[in-house]
Amino acid sequence: MNAAFQSLPPSAASSVVVEETALRTEALSLWYGKRQALSDIDLDVPARRITALIGPSGCGKSSLLRCLNRLNDEIAEARVAGRVRVGEIDAYAKDTLVHDLRRRVGMVFQKPNPFPLSIHDNVAYGLRLLGIKRRRELDERIESALKAAALWDEVSSRLDDSALELSLGQQQRLVIARAIAVEPEVLLLDEPASALDPAATLRFEELLHELAQRYTLLLVTHNMQQAARVSHYAAFLHEGRLVEFGDTDALFTNPRVRQTEDFITGRYG
Amino acid sequence: MDRLHLTQHISRQFNSEIEDVRRQVLAMGGLVEEQIEAALHVLVERDAAASAEIREREQRINAAELAIDERCAFILARRQPAASDLRLVLAVMKMLADLERIGDEAKRIAKMAEKLVGEEGGTEVTAALSDLGVLARGMLRGSLDAFARFDEHLALDIMRRDRRIDETYRRLFAVLVARMQQQPEQIPVELDRLWCARSLERIGDRCKNLCEFVLYLVRGKDVRHSGLAKGDSPPF
Repeated sequence: MNAAFQSLPPSAASSVVVEETALRTEALSLWYGKRQALSDIDLDVPARRITALIGPSGCGKSSLLRCLNRLNDEIAEARVAGRVRVGEIDAYAKDTLVHDLRRRVGMVFQKPNPFPLSIHDNVAYGLRLLGIKRRRELDERIESALKAAALWDEVSSRLDDSALELSLGQQQRLVIARAIAVEPEVLLLDEPASALDPAATLRFEELLHELAQRYTLLLVTHNMQQAARVSHYAAFLHEGRLVEFGDTDALFTNPRVRQTEDFITGRYG
Repeated sequence: MDRLHLTQHISRQFNSEIEDVRRQVLAMGGLVEEQIEAALHVLVERDAAASAEIREREQRINAAELAIDERCAFILARRQPAASDLRLVLAVMKMLADLERIGDEAKRIAKMAEKLVGEEGGTEVTAALSDLGVLARGMLRGSLDAFARFDEHLALDIMRRDRRIDETYRRLFAVLVARMQQQPEQIPVELDRLWCARSLERIGDRCKNLCEFVLYLVRGKDVRHSGLAKGDSPPF
């Protein structure tokens, strides 16, 4: 997809040569007023893999996620420097439309946030915004999104029921279906399983693995074991800086940076 | 196969990681078995043609040990396995060391047997070495079967077979010592035969270890140093 990316060396914090990059940040910095939340983040997010962002509270994980589909635009005092590229698109270029960026880069939050509409209309929402109006095409895409989100079998007979009647685990899968219905390239997931019980969490992680065959997933999690279980790559952030980015097997058995080791072994954080 | 429900996790990824490790151990065990077979061929048939093949197989066995060990470390780091999953990983890591040493013993036998190819050994000694080889190879096959099927009864049965190897070894030891006394000029040759016999006896001991780890894996009991192989009743 991005041949130009491949000739560039990986960032200093990275031990990974990424085969195909879905999303890249270059010297990305973020300020909230005078406080700097992110400093010079260079990160290549591998395509169709799960990359976990780990680090102590306040390290900038969620801020980084919010930069990637310009959610920080909504915060008046937030200021961004550097670049974010999604495929061929420069996320912060003047001619980039925010709604187009957010179609390419979907977001799933900690607490499931279905709209107070029917199950059907939740998934139809983004598709209608894209101009898809024909009932048959809508229904086909809704069915396919719900199937991909492993929810179809549980809701196919009650698509007109309110989404708010679903369990938390089902609501989170509905939000995933809503996000993937518009065929994004990247899915940002901010603590998506933290409201779920252990079994629902494991089922949700299994869903992430299925989704990673088609989409690029970037997952923020406080749960280090979850990052270890589910991700192919992991990035450790500390005080707004990217300390280490690597293959999850390597990062969790032999991290290159002492700070990473101290964090993942519970000596710090 | 899956008596311990090792492939029934919600995470299919974890299932395949566990299954891969199990399969890789059995494949490595297969290589070690071939190595014993090849060594016995040199020893009993007096045919040294396979020595290059034995060296090459030794490298594959070593590489398998490293690769499986690394997979186990990744599983420990990423999955924090518990209960039977944890016992499987711990048992495999220990079994690997014994399997690799069995491979080393086989290579050692082949090396010493090469020197014996032109020497007349006598039917009695050749037959006893062949018996020892068949017993050792059978114990390895049985240990791997017990692991593949998570079969604690088979593991106990195999452990008890070690006594037969020990008895055969002691008889052969006495014969070889007597021959050394009668023909002191033959001592270097007889010592080589003795070392071959000793290696086969050690393979039996290591197979007993493999079975102890199978029992630990299936039953959660550590039966090392418990006298179980001598006929004591199992602690379960």
